[in-house]
Amino acid sequence: MPVNATLATYSDWTYGAAVAIYFFAAVLYLCEAAFARPAKARELAGAVAAGGKQADGTWTPGLVAQPERRSRAERLGRMGAALTVLGALLQATSLVLRGFATERAPWGNMYEYGSLLTLAAVVTWLVLSRTFDVRKLGGFVLVPIVILMFLGGTVLYADAAPVQPALQSYWLVVHVSVISVSSGVLLVPGVASVLYLLKTSGRARFTKLPDADVLDRLAYRSTVFAFPLFTIGIICGAIWAEAAWGRFWGWDPKETVAFVSWVVFAAYLHARATAGWRGRPAAWINSLGFALTVFNLFFINLVTTGLHSYAGVG
Amino acid sequence: MRTALAFLRNTWRGLTAMRTALTLLFLLALGAMPGALLPQRSLNSFKVDEYIADNGWWGRFLDRLQFFDVYASFWFSAIYVLLFVSLVGCLLPRTWEYFKQMRAKPVLTPRNLARMPHHASAGTTASPRDVIERAERRLKGWRTVTRDEPDGARTISAERGFLRETGNLVFHFSLLGLLIAFALGKMLGYEGQVIVQANGGQFCNSGVYNYDTFRPGLRVDGTRLNQFCVRVDDFDATYLHNGQAESFHAAIHYQSGADLENGTWRPYPLEVNSPLRTAGDRLYLLGHGYTPLFTVTFPNGETRTGATQWRPVNQVTLASEGATKFDPPNVPDAEQRRKSQLAITGLLAPTAVFQGELLDSAFPAANDPAVAIDVYRGDLGTDSGRGQSIFSIDQKMVQDGKLTKVARQNLTQGEQLTLDDGTVIRFDGVRDWVSLQVSHDPTQVWVLLFSVLVILGLAVSLSIKRRRVWVRATPQEDGRTVVEVGGLARTDQAGYGEEFTALSRDLLADRAEPADRPADALAVRADKEDS
Ligand code: HEM
Repeated sequence: MPVNATLATYSDWTYGAAVAIYFFAAVLYLCEAAFARPAKARELAGAVAAGGKQADGTWTPGLVAQPERRSRAERLGRMGAALTVLGALLQATSLVLRGFATERAPWGNMYEYGSLLTLAAVVTWLVLSRTFDVRKLGGFVLVPIVILMFLGGTVLYADAAPVQPALQSYWLVVHVSVISVSSGVLLVPGVASVLYLLKTSGRARFTKLPDADVLDRLAYRSTVFAFPLFTIGIICGAIWAEAAWGRFWGWDPKETVAFVSWVVFAAYLHARATAGWRGRPAAWINSLGFALTVFNLFFINLVTTGLHSYAGVG
Repeated sequence: MRTALAFLRNTWRGLTAMRTALTLLFLLALGAMPGALLPQRSLNSFKVDEYIADNGWWGRFLDRLQFFDVYASFWFSAIYVLLFVSLVGCLLPRTWEYFKQMRAKPVLTPRNLARMPHHASAGTTASPRDVIERAERRLKGWRTVTRDEPDGARTISAERGFLRETGNLVFHFSLLGLLIAFALGKMLGYEGQVIVQANGGQFCNSGVYNYDTFRPGLRVDGTRLNQFCVRVDDFDATYLHNGQAESFHAAIHYQSGADLENGTWRPYPLEVNSPLRTAGDRLYLLGHGYTPLFTVTFPNGETRTGATQWRPVNQVTLASEGATKFDPPNVPDAEQRRKSQLAITGLLAPTAVFQGELLDSAFPAANDPAVAIDVYRGDLGTDSGRGQSIFSIDQKMVQDGKLTKVARQNLTQGEQLTLDDGTVIRFDGVRDWVSLQVSHDPTQVWVLLFSVLVILGLAVSLSIKRRRVWVRATPQEDGRTVVEVGGLARTDQAGYGEEFTALSRDLLADRAEPADRPADALAVRADKEDS
């Protein structure tokens, strides 16, 4: 199976461009967050926001557009959002090109897997920020993404190449894509829960963050979407393991940590339904789940050795 | 007696409380973690021994607490047994509740709908009866009850999303089923590994002794294995330039069931990711390696060939080590024979590169095989009573001076060396071997079935919201009617606001004028959630 080097090169370029653009978008978002007036003050000042949540809960972009009254901070934020969309398109292009270059699903090694994961996180963020008025938080989401993508493109980078026999299965397409997309989606509630903890910590520094209530719902909604997906991903992994490794579950380090984070996310959902555990405790649990997801990606792949290290057949 | 009962009841209550379940979930997560961080016997007992040796009392202490067998440890078992007791205790009353609710009518309309998390109102000239009739039509698909109130008002209470409970129960019961199926599989299953030469070597699943390693479940004694035989005719692998494997393929024939009697062999291309499923067992291609072929010509002219598998020490280049052992021919006297056994050990490189005299392997394919061997003569210790590895010689015999090194040399394919007594050893090349695994797990389809139910239940219970809506049409003295709508999402679920807004708009639409308090009309607190 030859690799198309030209396509592979274009793929690398678009990846690099996407990282750079996300970086600028993050800077713009952070400027918006830094210069915008706190939520309270804005509300008092009247409906400054052009487009946004109407009283009846519908989103009407541009309906009440009054461009001349947009603050400078807001213009920065909008530029950030536009750049984020551009970055996501470039990143998607990079993945597609890699797929064509290697003639297989473009998530066969950690670099590619990380790229799919971060793309899922960006897309989730873009979708959610249409429903929730949280655009200024974009920086907090994009910063970890830029870091992950930078590490992915340098430390973890792998040349475009065919994958080894254990990975040549349509389960690679299903299992890995579902797991990485759901992990990517889970990055967003992770960030939201961390911000929730900051916001409710009572420190004046964090008053500019959106309402705790909004952060909480943002976290819950995205978790509720990602959790069944994550479950499907784990089960597909088990089905594949049955065919590739001779058993569907064997407490391989990666399986174990996936199980642990699954249990933690289940605990989060339970905490939301348990008196005395809502609010901060639940947010702590969700942040922990997010930390475990990242831990699983890096530590387990790079430090321990297990079947997921994809070393040889045996 | 009374206090004992009270104690039992309190324990049960405590155990089945949501708080306890949450704590147990955490303990489960915490308890599973060491298994990812510490080496585990079930995966690699060699690493465990190494860890214990390296960490002194700390290693032994962890071992005492079963930290190297986490998933079979008493404490891990205790956590999940408790969790599942708690789950059962939680599920039984919930199931009961579920059936009661399934038959119950939607609850009475609350007196003050303005206090509901979602609320809207408007005035109209239509009569309460008409209003409610229209509402009934709009609320198709909801479970509704229409009631008349003493003051002439007419109300509907409607409920939707009962399926959520169904999904939730399916989810939790399936988890229970999953655990039981998993545990049964561990008890009734077995797993064995064996190395077979890939030039027609055969293996039959007729007894435990045919395996190199065998791991039975608790309820398996190894006497009644599923009968089948395999013959490995050929093996080939292809590699990329950098030595990464691209494909493995073992051409095998197998027989099971009636074929065993009439001797039919059926072909199967055994590959990674595509095990052979036969006779209720699965056969996997786990790995492969090389067997060096040596021909020894003894001083009396007799020859022996040795073909013992060596094991890869480098998984990328397949550099392998091992020991090929020979008994001298025509030496009936055991004492005498023990003085003149031969062993060839060392390194085998499928694609040889030499750095000076030092041999290493550059590539995993057998392009240019060579060996760097030590030849030992003496007593191999086969009668010593100590277990002997087929991959190495008994170092104790070397230390005791009973086994001595008589030659050391590099040989490429076809080359030979001559020992001091005239024995000639020729390296003839290599042959492939494959390592196969046989697995038996009678309950794994049940595990799969319950997993699918887990997902379905989860998807249903997380995507459907259990919610209520009430409509009250109250006649006013001036002949008009005030229509009020109130809504409540019963479960922790964001997003009822949008639906309620649309619903209340429809229910209140076409009313002649707004209610007395125009500012309040359609004052829907769209995003407020109840929980
Ligand atoms: C292995 C153990 C368990 C796991 C993995 C688990 C998982 C889950 C998950 C993922 C949900 C989310 C569904 C939803 O939000 O509707 C849920 C809901 C629920 N679970 Fe469990 N559960 C377990 C044990 C228990 C136990 C022991 C109890 C009772 C003490 C329990 C009671 C509930 C209840 C009441 C809900 C509904 C919460 C709600 O409506 O949001 N669960 N469970």
